[in-house]
Amino acid sequence: MNNEGYALDESRGGGMEPRTPERAQQPEPESIRIEVDGLSVYYGKTRAVKNVSLAIKSRKVTAIIGPSGCGKSTFIRCLNRMHEVTPGARVEGKVLLDGSDVYGPGIDPVEVRRKIGMVFQKPNPFPTMSIHDNVVAGFRLNGTGDRHLIQEKVEKSLRAAALWDEVKDQLHEPGTSLSGGQQQRLCIARALAVEPEVMLMDEPCSALDPIATAKIEELIHELKESVTIVIVTHNMQQAARVSDFTAFFYMGELVEFGITSKIFTNPDKQQTEDYITGRFG
Amino acid sequence: MSDVNAAASRRRFLRRKVTERLAVGGMFLCAGVTIFFLVTILGYVLYHGAAAVNWEFLTSLPLPPGENGGGILNALIGSAMVVLCAAAMAVPIGLGAAVFVNEFPTAGFGRFVRFLAEVLTGVPSIVVGLFAYALVVRPLGGFSGFSGSVAYAFIMIPIILISAHEAFRLVPDSLREASLALGIPKWRTILRVVLPVSSRALLTGVVLAISRALGEAAPMLFTAFGNPYLSFNMGKPIATVPLLIYTYATAPYEDWHQKAWAASFVLLVFVLFTSVLTRAFLRGKSHE
Amino acid sequence: MQSEPQAIKRALGRTLIRSSAGKTRTRDARVINLGDRVFYIATRTLASCVILLALLLVGDLFRGAWESIGQFGLKFLIGTTWDPVARQFGTLPTIIGTLVKATIGLLLAVPISIGAALFITFYVPKWLRPIISYPIELLAGIPSIVFGLWGLFVMVPVIRVVQIWLKAHFGWFFLFDGPAVYGVGVLSGSVILAIMVVPIITAISRDILLTVPRLQIEGMLALGATKWEAIWKVALPYARVGLVGAVILGLGRAIGETMAVTMVGGNSFDLIHSLFDPVHSMASQIASEFTEATYSLYVSSLIYVGLVLFGITICISLLAQLLIWRLSKGKVAIFE
Repeated sequence: MNNEGYALDESRGGGMEPRTPERAQQPEPESIRIEVDGLSVYYGKTRAVKNVSLAIKSRKVTAIIGPSGCGKSTFIRCLNRMHEVTPGARVEGKVLLDGSDVYGPGIDPVEVRRKIGMVFQKPNPFPTMSIHDNVVAGFRLNGTGDRHLIQEKVEKSLRAAALWDEVKDQLHEPGTSLSGGQQQRLCIARALAVEPEVMLMDEPCSALDPIATAKIEELIHELKESVTIVIVTHNMQQAARVSDFTAFFYMGELVEFGITSKIFTNPDKQQTEDYITGRFG
Repeated sequence: MSDVNAAASRRRFLRRKVTERLAVGGMFLCAGVTIFFLVTILGYVLYHGAAAVNWEFLTSLPLPPGENGGGILNALIGSAMVVLCAAAMAVPIGLGAAVFVNEFPTAGFGRFVRFLAEVLTGVPSIVVGLFAYALVVRPLGGFSGFSGSVAYAFIMIPIILISAHEAFRLVPDSLREASLALGIPKWRTILRVVLPVSSRALLTGVVLAISRALGEAAPMLFTAFGNPYLSFNMGKPIATVPLLIYTYATAPYEDWHQKAWAASFVLLVFVLFTSVLTRAFLRGKSHE
Repeated sequence: MQSEPQAIKRALGRTLIRSSAGKTRTRDARVINLGDRVFYIATRTLASCVILLALLLVGDLFRGAWESIGQFGLKFLIGTTWDPVARQFGTLPTIIGTLVKATIGLLLAVPISIGAALFITFYVPKWLRPIISYPIELLAGIPSIVFGLWGLFVMVPVIRVVQIWLKAHFGWFFLFDGPAVYGVGVLSGSVILAIMVVPIITAISRDILLTVPRLQIEGMLALGATKWEAIWKVALPYARVGLVGAVILGLGRAIGETMAVTMVGGNSFDLIHSLFDPVHSMASQIASEFTEATYSLYVSSLIYVGLVLFGITICISLLAQLLIWRLSKGKVAIFE
């Protein structure tokens, strides 16, 4: 095995050598994309997320699971500063994207969101735009008007979202003329078009049927080779299927974080085990 | 990305930020202009009118032009009579129709009536005046307070119908069903359950309609026509406040202009008062 | 106010006390049927009254205008002479006057209204919104006669100054080549209409913009758009249809407005050539002349004008209703 292989083994494998508690799966520093450090979110007086610290590995899928209301969505929305859209939300702590704090002074959320994209629970293609325009809606904002470049972008993004073959003859139909699963893939294509470094997915399949869900899970598997993915899901089996790392949240706190296989077969915390085995949730 | 590209990208980003700043500034200005005009108009009416409003103004009759003093009592009483008479006609029709539209939903007819009411709110008030003229003044052979009431009623009915309809829609069906399940007939249910529960909103609608009608001068031009003397006879011409304002404002006498401002002040106070009242009423309801 | 169970109890309590507790079953059934039927017929009659009123309105307008229609036919609409002495009646100048004042008024009002509505919906914190919206709704409730009074004594002198300045500096331009010293005229009429129409369009636009789903706007923000870009590219296109409806509603109001325009729009029947020319609108023409109309053709012609005005405003009103209704699916009530 070469050095890289060894390093990979170490980061993916568990417990060959004793590790420090909590950050047990602490990977090589270079392969951390986002480091969350002591993040707390307040809505008014209520603390929705309590002092969470974890590291999102580059080009891996990290799943966030937990019962309803445990702060998963709130947490993920903090990563691209989308929580700021809700009035009254306040954040403490740091979110480091490749070493620089997303909440640093002078950092514009607009720039952050360019680098960290988001796919929502309910597919939201823009109804007044065609499929073509939907895909490049974000790309056009800060880019050129070059027709060829845009056309290339549309094809490239739709291919990456495994949607090109299905819609290539109807690019000028409205975005809402597609089925639910296709709409969600359109939203993924749209998010990919701006070439983000990280993709956040907030329960992307919860509004979709099983077939559409399977397609998206397959897509996630392909995408992770080029994009870091963080996915919130209330479906544990889905988390087990698609993710490399899993974080279990409960009541706003990070209870456990680790390699997916370990979390689902041999978790450290009793609470995690209770949730996994369905004793509550 | 090359340095040139990065710099160009940075420039584009900054341009977007500047565009946003300008846009927000523009929108703020628009809101400001709107409020500015409100303040200006209210301010002038206050300034010119408030000083001339006194007890004499409200309780005495107009004197010939040039003589100081006098008031608008005839117009105040005339307006009150014409509007109340109009309400007596408009409220039963508006409420009754709204009850029908909401409580006896038939395919088409009810919705058509509601739609028609919305369309009727767009009829210019001068045309309503023509309608009252043709319907009442011509057959009766002369101007009358009653014809003015007919005109006002035409304006008030759609307003009352629409607000009552909305009020009835807000009454939860569970109330109606509970009553019907006890064997209480539908008509009693409507009278004893639906109406009382929505009474606040209904009253608000009526007050709004009255307030709106009171300010309308155009229909009065050739219906109630105006009258410099005090009159309680609805079958003859009668003075109303908005029409008086018009007559005084367009006359060449300075002290009549002054009185026009004062009468406007009185009218505005009333409109503001009803507006605040209905707001408070409605807000009280939404705190359920 | 009361909670639901309490409301039921109180309402039913009163009913139960008075209900036919002592009568037999069969008698109850007959009473119930009769009561319901009577009530149904009564309310249906009242609802029909509304339709009857509308029909009466149209009928009476046609009947009143009949003599003039018979005399002039459709040439009435393109005739340029309004001369009661010569018994010649044509309303083209006033139709143009109405449309020009309304159009210019809207051109001034629409950007301001939509700008204000956007500001209130997207940039004002939720708690502050009613505080800013309230004065604007108040403005919508001010009677038009008060606008007219203010317009005549406060606005017109200001416009007169502006007009004189414009004529002095740009008098070569046809729009500014007119009797600047009057003060009353197309410009004054347009401005007062704009001021009156802004609150209406703003209020409806604000309601419509509030129906734009947050999910759409968030979707655009998540792609790295500034708030303004999200509004411009997502919210406005989404609300497009309803906003057009709001503008059209404002147009209808501007065309039908009487008192304010009568007082500041000028009293002339000549075709306009500039912004400073005085000219009647259809509504102000009727308002000014009706009580002076001494013979039946004169009266009939004025009613004919009213019929034309009615026709135009009804079409506009219908269009606006359809647009707003379709977009908001009944969530927005449009009456003033």
